[in-house]
Amino acid sequence: MTRRSLIALIVCAAVLAAVPAIIRHEFYINLASQILIYALLALSVNMMLGYGGMVSLGHAAYLGVAGYACILLTVAGYGQLTAALAAVALSTAAAALFGVLSLRAPGLGFIMITLALGQIVWGIAYRANDLTGGDNGLTHPARPMPFGIDIRDASSFYYFTLIVFAVALFFMWRFARSPFGASLMGARDQPRRMRMLGHNVWLIRWITFVIAGFWGSVASILYVYYNVFLSPHALSLQQSAEILLMAILGGASTLTGPIVGAVIITLVKNVVSTYVERWNILLGAIFVVVIMFMPYGLVPGCRQLWQRLHSRRRHKAVATASEPAQ
Amino acid sequence: MNWQFWIVQTLNSVAYGGMLFLLSSGFSLIFGLMRIPNLAHGAFFMLGAYFGFSALQLGFHFWLAAILGGLGVGLLGIVVERVILRHLAGNEQGQVLVTLGISFIIADVCLLVWTGDPMPLPAPESLRPPLRFAGFAFPTYRLVVLAIALVAAVALYLLMERTRLGAMIRAGVDDMEMARGVGIPVSRLFTTVFLLGATLAGIGGVLGGPMLNAYPGLDADMLPLALIVVILGGAGSLMGAFVGSFIVGFLYNFGIALAPDLAYFVLFLPMVLVLVFLPQGLFGRAQI
Repeated sequence: MTRRSLIALIVCAAVLAAVPAIIRHEFYINLASQILIYALLALSVNMMLGYGGMVSLGHAAYLGVAGYACILLTVAGYGQLTAALAAVALSTAAAALFGVLSLRAPGLGFIMITLALGQIVWGIAYRANDLTGGDNGLTHPARPMPFGIDIRDASSFYYFTLIVFAVALFFMWRFARSPFGASLMGARDQPRRMRMLGHNVWLIRWITFVIAGFWGSVASILYVYYNVFLSPHALSLQQSAEILLMAILGGASTLTGPIVGAVIITLVKNVVSTYVERWNILLGAIFVVVIMFMPYGLVPGCRQLWQRLHSRRRHKAVATASEPAQ
Repeated sequence: MNWQFWIVQTLNSVAYGGMLFLLSSGFSLIFGLMRIPNLAHGAFFMLGAYFGFSALQLGFHFWLAAILGGLGVGLLGIVVERVILRHLAGNEQGQVLVTLGISFIIADVCLLVWTGDPMPLPAPESLRPPLRFAGFAFPTYRLVVLAIALVAAVALYLLMERTRLGAMIRAGVDDMEMARGVGIPVSRLFTTVFLLGATLAGIGGVLGGPMLNAYPGLDADMLPLALIVVILGGAGSLMGAFVGSFIVGFLYNFGIALAPDLAYFVLFLPMVLVLVFLPQGLFGRAQI
């Protein structure tokens, strides 16, 4: 980590910590919490997409498994912490199973199988009225009180989300730079060579799938706490696609990309939905435009542009300096 | 639950399977040749149903409406392939995601045009009275859908196995580079196959209309079924799509009739079994 990026990180952290003090309006603070939750979802899907090259269209399934488990356990009378931990454990176990199934087919088969699995979870949530309340959804009794702190109001919930987000972000930063992260990127780029070098490519991918599922489940718990409600709508293919689009729009294989994508998509969605009831046309259009014209996403694209401008300026400086010598 | 229930449900399942075949055979063909799962296929099916509804409203005969619906969706398929997918040649992942974006656009346009209420597509009048045979009443229309699906299956088989076009498609599925090398116009083949697949989905949508109605969300209901058919049957195989369609038709229909809460879960099980023991599907030539 260079000094400049360290400074940037400290500035970002300070700004994020000061958000409730700066914007003050409850609606916007809630929006900020929502962005953090979506950013966490996008980051978790990006672990597979960006570093592993695996396109998952079933990530919203974790919202279903973890979310419903958390609500049902809380309703059944278990403690908030027990319910949350058990829900994350169950959902991560589901990820382990889904990973085994999805990774039977590499590449495009993976997309199809994750999509089918996600839709099956959605279908069960939608149809199993007795358990999930069907289309009406379920209400979560109340937000928890971690260490006796009340997080019912907007700004304290924002800080709660921010802390979880920061922990997750730190983990993912370490993950991307760890030897395991390197082997994952190797498995993405050169699976045959990696196999020849003695790495178990399947296992590397599966572990990544499970870790991504774990963080997706953590984000799902936050999602449930934020909305205090869950319905099959949250598990739809659209949701999975939105999360994936955030990662792609911002730039997969970077850590900042999914966050930028989550900020943009969540803002666009909220702004648009105040004017029109649905925003699927726009979602679809952004999808098409981003994939056709910005396949690498905003963050790498801007970085490239910046570098090009920078090097041109330097070239110019070098050229003028060397002219007299000719 | 007497044995009449079983007979009627069996028939419904078979008819449902026939409709699924119209949907998934095109999906499988496109996947086999172009190597992309066309995630807009469910939306094509829904759009076909809505086109059929509008054609019926305009006073066209049912069968003409089915053809018009199929052609309308087929034309859209050509546009999608020529204008969008062509630009992403070689980037298969991008192509898949673009088809998903297109499906969202189609679904939302349908909602704008045809509103959120389910639109009924009445079956042709002559087929509405049930067929009575040996004391049973069979739903005539479903039998006709099944017959159409079987005819389509035979026609597709002949197309693939007995014609020049079919031979070229098979060559493209097996080895794209070689096919290009011997002078097969693979690029034109892509458009043809996409047209064929989209048209089949559109016709399937109209024919499925009297059983399902056209409603928002139909696309999201049908797409996973097509995916599961292809995962079960094997990608790029007509036989796989055929057998897979009837398996899914039976499971889904009986699932809904016997345990509506678990209808989707019933689909999950065979998918798991096939993926674990036969990852290339029952009839797949290669791994998906």
